[in-house]
Amino acid sequence: MTPEDSRYAKSHEYIHVEGNVGTIGITDYAQKELGDVVFVELPQVGTQLELGDELGSIESVKAVSELFSPVSGEVVEVNESLADKPELVNTDPYGDGWMIKIKLTAPDEVDELMNAEDYEDYIQTEAGK
Amino acid sequence: MIETLLKKTPLHPVEHQLGGKMVDFGGWELPVQYSSILDEHEAVRTHAGLFDVSHMGEVTVKGPQALPLLQRTTCNDVSKLEDGRAQYNGLLYPTAGFVDDILIYRMSGDDYFVVVNAANTDKDYEWLLECAKGMDVEVRNVSADYAQLALQGPEAERILQPLTDLDLSSMKYYRFAGGIVDGAASIVSRTGYTGEDGFEIYCEPEDGPRVFRTLVDRGVKPCGLGARDTLRLEAKMALYGNDIDHSTTPLEADLGWIVKLEKGDFMGREVLEREKAEGPRRKLIGFEMVDRGIGRHGYPVIDCGEEIGVVTSGTHSPTLKKAIGLAYLPLERSAPGSTFTILIRGKETRARVVPTPFYKRAKS
Repeated sequence: MTPEDSRYAKSHEYIHVEGNVGTIGITDYAQKELGDVVFVELPQVGTQLELGDELGSIESVKAVSELFSPVSGEVVEVNESLADKPELVNTDPYGDGWMIKIKLTAPDEVDELMNAEDYEDYIQTEAGK
Repeated sequence: MIETLLKKTPLHPVEHQLGGKMVDFGGWELPVQYSSILDEHEAVRTHAGLFDVSHMGEVTVKGPQALPLLQRTTCNDVSKLEDGRAQYNGLLYPTAGFVDDILIYRMSGDDYFVVVNAANTDKDYEWLLECAKGMDVEVRNVSADYAQLALQGPEAERILQPLTDLDLSSMKYYRFAGGIVDGAASIVSRTGYTGEDGFEIYCEPEDGPRVFRTLVDRGVKPCGLGARDTLRLEAKMALYGNDIDHSTTPLEADLGWIVKLEKGDFMGREVLEREKAEGPRRKLIGFEMVDRGIGRHGYPVIDCGEEIGVVTSGTHSPTLKKAIGLAYLPLERSAPGSTFTILIRGKETRARVVPTPFYKRAKS
């Protein structure tokens, strides 16, 4: 199930906002499409990201894909445990498989993202292509 | 819609039922994975896995001049084949570039069964027809007459034996025989594309789904193209379109063992003679990443800003748990131990030439 309390980008990142900090990762649909994740490249704490910037990449056995920041802000934390356990992205994408925490500089950007229901409609369309 | 455009193998309905995640593979709708590439890979290395390879093409070459045709169009020595034996070979252009890499089975006397890569089937068939002009030989594309299953892994023989009248224990590597498998008239050959022991089973399309199901019911894990790629790469088996193509020669591709200059004249021989004397310009080598990253197909190898080579295949090796790949490097840079730089999405990333294959199964 797609968590109701998060927002979603067309490039399949989610952001879960608490206060002025958002936790970013990839959706369950995205991890299934990628298959077994073997490593995740993430930015350093302190990196300033603009909406749409490449924030890192994910290598799965079969392919690499870029990660894009769904909002603007400063990276305040990265999930260090993914270095040793990249498979967390597959097993728990919305929980222990999170990637970065970002301090929002333009909180309004979050409202532009899809809610869970819209995202589910969106992936239905994607899957049917 | 995809469904109407893509070709389907006879096993398509079973793959769908088993939860295969289907993708477009060179115009064929095939499963890239069922559960996970890592799980499927491990099943083949430690137990047994089952692949649908019905998309592969089959061409028969029969008649008094079947052997002369095959000798002239390939680089390995087909005259060394006996009935019931298979051979890996290169179908070459006069430039010594690959038309395809193929398996040739000698069924009996001047009756040969040639197994070709799916995407090359029409091209190979037409090439052989063209080369056969004026010769007393019949070339036929019989691809639609066969389903092909690959049962691979250390447990393959134990699992298949109760289902067949053939004595598998006496069938050595690269031998084959006709027999019954799960009630289906089949050709069973001890061959594969995984670096593991195993069998390839050719049967009639309508029997394919039942045989596939029977094997899965006996505990064989259905596997997709993803695991097939990681398995073949660990075993350093070439993939046409990635590691070899019309622009690469067998000597460049480090396939010198299939080049038999002493067999007489054949297409590409002059080029190969010269390459053998002078050394090929470039060579396909195996590498491991030194820095983090995976060098993948098409990524350039650079030196002082200049492109000196290219990665042809790359993946995370599930068995070795590190990033591996194949690349063409200039001959003088190809010795094991030497390092080089791959440009991974704009980032200079170091890799090291290593001996291949990356994985070799223990002799039983």
